[in-house]
Amino acid sequence: MKVLVPVKRVVDYNVKVRVKSDGSDVDIANVKMSMNPFDEIAVEEAVRLKEKGVVTEIVAVSAGVTQCQETLRTAMAIGADRAILIETQESLQPLAVAKLLKAVADKEQPQMVIMGKQAIDDDANQTGQMLAALAGWSQATFASEVSVADGVATVKREIDGGLETLNVQLPAVITTDLRLNEPRYVTLPNIMKAKKKPLETLTPADLGVDVTPRLTTVKVSEPPVRGAGVKVPDVATLVDKLKNEAKVI
Amino acid sequence: MTTLVIAEHDNASIKGATFNAVTAALACGGDVHVLVAGHQASGAAAAACQIAGVTSVLHADGEALAHGLAENLAAQVLAVAKDYSHILFAATATGKNAAPRVAAALDVAQISEITRVVSPDTFERPIYAGNAIATVQSADSTKVITVRATGFDAAETTGGSATVTAVDAVAASPLSAFVGSELAKSDRPELTAAKVIVSGGRALGSSEKFDEVIVPLADKLGAAVGASRAAVDAGYASNDLQVGQTGKIVAPQLYMACGISGAIQHLAGMKDSKVIVAINKDPEAPIFSVADYGLEADLFDAVPELTRSL
Repeated sequence: MKVLVPVKRVVDYNVKVRVKSDGSDVDIANVKMSMNPFDEIAVEEAVRLKEKGVVTEIVAVSAGVTQCQETLRTAMAIGADRAILIETQESLQPLAVAKLLKAVADKEQPQMVIMGKQAIDDDANQTGQMLAALAGWSQATFASEVSVADGVATVKREIDGGLETLNVQLPAVITTDLRLNEPRYVTLPNIMKAKKKPLETLTPADLGVDVTPRLTTVKVSEPPVRGAGVKVPDVATLVDKLKNEAKVI
Repeated sequence: MTTLVIAEHDNASIKGATFNAVTAALACGGDVHVLVAGHQASGAAAAACQIAGVTSVLHADGEALAHGLAENLAAQVLAVAKDYSHILFAATATGKNAAPRVAAALDVAQISEITRVVSPDTFERPIYAGNAIATVQSADSTKVITVRATGFDAAETTGGSATVTAVDAVAASPLSAFVGSELAKSDRPELTAAKVIVSGGRALGSSEKFDEVIVPLADKLGAAVGASRAAVDAGYASNDLQVGQTGKIVAPQLYMACGISGAIQHLAGMKDSKVIVAINKDPEAPIFSVADYGLEADLFDAVPELTRSL
């Protein structure tokens, strides 16, 4: 079974981003970039399914600037077999990415797409679901456990009140949540091997997809700043402040 | 211009997040309708009629809609979508699951987790774990939106006098089936609705200690219980208690962070709380930078002492 794993190059999760003084965007010049943590979990899950003999080929795919190649090489170092970069300078939004992924899925015919539930930069949480709808597939989002048998994926999902289990017919889109797995450390030998794995480059035009953004960013601003707090010396003072000053208890 | 709010409900009643979504809908301008899509959901439909500001309730009832399966819920919304300029879902697990399917089918962008309506086509939303606020404008003919509940006051639950219109329920998609669920049962207030939250972090060290130290304080305060990602990953608390960038987003009157260091991703879920208290023995813990009151102390001493003194 072939699995497609979309991966996104994002600002590293440890970076506290700043807004540019002209309010046009966040300032990400020279900040550390990494694979979206939820996508790392997706690659790891695909590799585990391959190690179990359920999956035969893992194809990583990314869309964006040339440097996305680094993210794809990381995916291959974790264990993806080959990669596809859809190269573009255009600012990509979820609907456009979903259309690009559908075009790739039409070509590659995977039985499953596993991807992160959201990217930690735009926090949109849309692309997987949009892809499923465009492809006419089922979906299982926020997955914390996946097993596959006889053309059906049984997925345990994290929902607001706890957990739920669904059976989805393959082909399906599965989006990953935090506790699906803990990604392995990438070893140096695997990084070296990844450099030799195939990486194909396409453009949105090659796939016949119009990636023009639909949403215009009018401005980006800082969130409201909280006033400075105080340290209290003991529990008694804390209780007093909460009762008499803040009046919340 | 008319907005459709997709109700979050349990068939018998309307859930809290829907009231916040209705406020957002009213801010878009124009009439506000509510869709109750469920199974044996007349109770929820009747309750929706009472929401202040709502002028019509659509009620679709069928087994296919019993478990909020995205394929079916999206199909149900699409069946009525053409009458609406704005389609709003609460940014709950159900809403986030289904909304993008609707947007993609309509070939429009989705605007996720709005915190403010600036105008009928312009919205504010948090990005980068809430470290920046983006103001975005959509030129699409239909706006598909998920609403962050903490960004809007709840509409009044009574005062409305809408009538119910039955709509045909969609058939079940053969592609997806509900197998079962494990839902937390608690008498405690729900995390996203609670006025007070007591939250524990990895410092608690075990689920026994978590229950021994955090729960009594929550009980004393009539509070909900929350947890950091690290505490949930370690198994000290269940996943539905996780507060953070990709967990629950909360903004209670009082948030008490006990043994929580305050990683960027945790702050994203609680930094809009009215009053934040941090109890942590590490003076450098980032949580102190957002705390109104910080107590530098060992939580195993301080929290029980706090519980006793209340």
